[in-house]
Amino acid sequence: MLAMDATGADAGRGGLTTADGKPLKQALATAQSRARRRALLLVLPLLAFIVITFVVPIGQLLFRSVYNDGFSANMPQISAWFRETEPGTEPDEAAYAALAADLAAAAEARSVGVVGTRVNYEMSGTRSLFTAAGRKAGDLKPPFREALLELNGTWGDPQLWGVMRSVSSAYSANFYLAALDLARDANGDIVRAPEGRRIYGMLFLRTLWLSALITGLCLILAYPVAHLLATLPLAKSNLLMILVLLPFWTSLLVRTTSWMVLLQEQGVVNNTMVALGLIGEDGRIQMMYNRTGTIIAMTHILLPFMILPLYSVMRPINPGYVRAARSLGATSWTAFRRVYLPQTLPGIGAGALLVFILAVGYYITPALVGGASGQLISNLIAYHMQDSLNWSLAAALAALLLAGVLILYWLYDRLIGIDKLKLG
Amino acid sequence: MKKILTLSTALSAVGLAASAQEVTVMSWGGAYTVSQVEAYHKPFTAETGIKVVSVDADNPATPIKAMVEAGNVTVDVADVEYADSIRLCDEGLLEEIDPSILPPAPDGTPATEDFLPGALTDCAVASIVFSTVYAYDTTKFPEGPTTMADFFDLEKFPGKRGMRKGAKANLEMALMADGVPADEVYATLETDEGIDRAFAMLDKIKDDTVWWEAGAQPPQLLADGEVAMTTAYNGRIFAAQVAEGKPFQIVWDGQVYEYDLFVIPKGAPNLENALEFIKFATDTQRLADQAKWISYGPARKSSGALVGLYQDGKTEMAPHMPTSAENLTNALASSYEFWVDRDSELNERFNAWLAV
Repeated sequence: MLAMDATGADAGRGGLTTADGKPLKQALATAQSRARRRALLLVLPLLAFIVITFVVPIGQLLFRSVYNDGFSANMPQISAWFRETEPGTEPDEAAYAALAADLAAAAEARSVGVVGTRVNYEMSGTRSLFTAAGRKAGDLKPPFREALLELNGTWGDPQLWGVMRSVSSAYSANFYLAALDLARDANGDIVRAPEGRRIYGMLFLRTLWLSALITGLCLILAYPVAHLLATLPLAKSNLLMILVLLPFWTSLLVRTTSWMVLLQEQGVVNNTMVALGLIGEDGRIQMMYNRTGTIIAMTHILLPFMILPLYSVMRPINPGYVRAARSLGATSWTAFRRVYLPQTLPGIGAGALLVFILAVGYYITPALVGGASGQLISNLIAYHMQDSLNWSLAAALAALLLAGVLILYWLYDRLIGIDKLKLG
Repeated sequence: MKKILTLSTALSAVGLAASAQEVTVMSWGGAYTVSQVEAYHKPFTAETGIKVVSVDADNPATPIKAMVEAGNVTVDVADVEYADSIRLCDEGLLEEIDPSILPPAPDGTPATEDFLPGALTDCAVASIVFSTVYAYDTTKFPEGPTTMADFFDLEKFPGKRGMRKGAKANLEMALMADGVPADEVYATLETDEGIDRAFAMLDKIKDDTVWWEAGAQPPQLLADGEVAMTTAYNGRIFAAQVAEGKPFQIVWDGQVYEYDLFVIPKGAPNLENALEFIKFATDTQRLADQAKWISYGPARKSSGALVGLYQDGKTEMAPHMPTSAENLTNALASSYEFWVDRDSELNERFNAWLAV
């Protein structure tokens, strides 16, 4: 109810008022903020859900990539000594006494293994140093420097003290260095990791390359299928659509296992080729437990993610455009390239982005059919999460992967425009 | 806030009450879990009324850290390898188990003396001795391989190999195949040259190897013809040989044997039941009973005499045991001291080697 009477109480200020005399601007703001609050209340459950199940856990995990208190929390006295002294200080008797006391306390609390593991991440082979010393730390007598050196000469190693200094703070970028195949030498300078330890860079590249390849294969396979689906009469195309959707709805594990049955050396494909005489009994092709297996299975599994966006873009394209182009003298190739293809670009972009991002993080399929050469970076992340239990390194690898995907997303937005994305 | 706390406490109390008569045991799956269900779980439930929930993992040691750190321990008892039990215990992830609660042998010998040397640790009680061996398909090699070196010899015995995806046991086997005597294997592996030597040996078969993770995979790989020979846990091959009549043959030369132990993750929801279960399962008779179902040696001296026939009633178990004298001629006892400290480092290197 708006009063358009400019001669009201507020006329002096020249504002519009509502029927009950409030300034219009204020009333509008009140009404809008009420609507906003209600809208917020409506989305609140979803927001809370996303924050609790998505943002917080991922944030916590990413936090672990720069934070590991395995040493600092369990070795308080020596950590304090490191804080009070300058880097490079020669460890004195006070330092050794603090170390011995911490080791004894950590052994008592059964956390000396955690301490050793943390140092071992930075300097291989030191875990046993800590667990062995922990077992005997309670019996050590001053002077502690001599007592510890007697247990194991490594306790006097400057590199060990350098490492202990670096892990005495819970915050560290060292896991990112490790994830980039870098390491710190005895002086704290960043150097390349020793030969034979450099695997992550190669795996990141392999992951990107295989994902790009799989995206390309999916596009080549999906484009004609989507076109067929979009141009057939509805009754037939619905039937075909079910053939696309059925595998889409089937469990990922079932589909991967089916590929194992098909591709293995004594599997359906090889048996058929042997029966047809295409290959000999000795010439069975190794299609699984290698990169080929990963590519075949992932292409099949991700195919629907390419078909569906393409289909949704192709469906409303008027066939008249291509016909018009042909009637104006264009060859079928030109008509396709100049008229049809540009109209399907949003679908290609959406499908490619979707397939690529899914492929970059794929994990189960390469684990099952990839063998050694078909492993992706996500398999190493899973390895560090589940087997080596180096969660900080897993988090650093995951953060790099996430950053890589975000950069690609940003590039896509710059080059093609995210508003042109059409998912269905 | 207080109300919420009270409510959640009440809810968890209800949850506890509901699951009070339950114990969850995590093991390795396949034929091994079957043997445990038959020898331990079923009689335990029959005697105590406590239900045993069995869950499987490729390696039950790995989920424990995640569970304990997340404060969401869902398992009461886990069956793990020796080095893992020491490592987890060192990291404070396991409950301590007082060996004096374990039942004595039938003749009254206390448990601490009845168990084989090293079978009882601060946090773990061993149940069996198992072995990593290699086996082949006799239809592929009628004149089969007999030594560890044959496994690495692709010219003499062509065909795919299967190996566990990990450093442990593989490095030892590689060195033994390269001519290192069993009692020098760990001294050799302590040196960088020794490790290089083991990896050089593995290099020979790397391109022809399928890597398995779960213990149930290698017999399957052999049966499918995916590999011509594979390393495996000896009990799994035995089960396929005897129970399924597969034409497999175990080569005992260069076997690497060790204990499997029961542990209790810290914060296990049914600690009392877990202790009851371990007491029950590791008594003399139960350990002997398990050998009726799978060819793993019991960890108690007093059980040895009770081991007789396989559950089919005709197969003598003794020659299939990793600990039987003729199988021990060139055998290696896995060193937990070595692996507890070198595990992460060597697996890191193994994975790097594998990925390149």
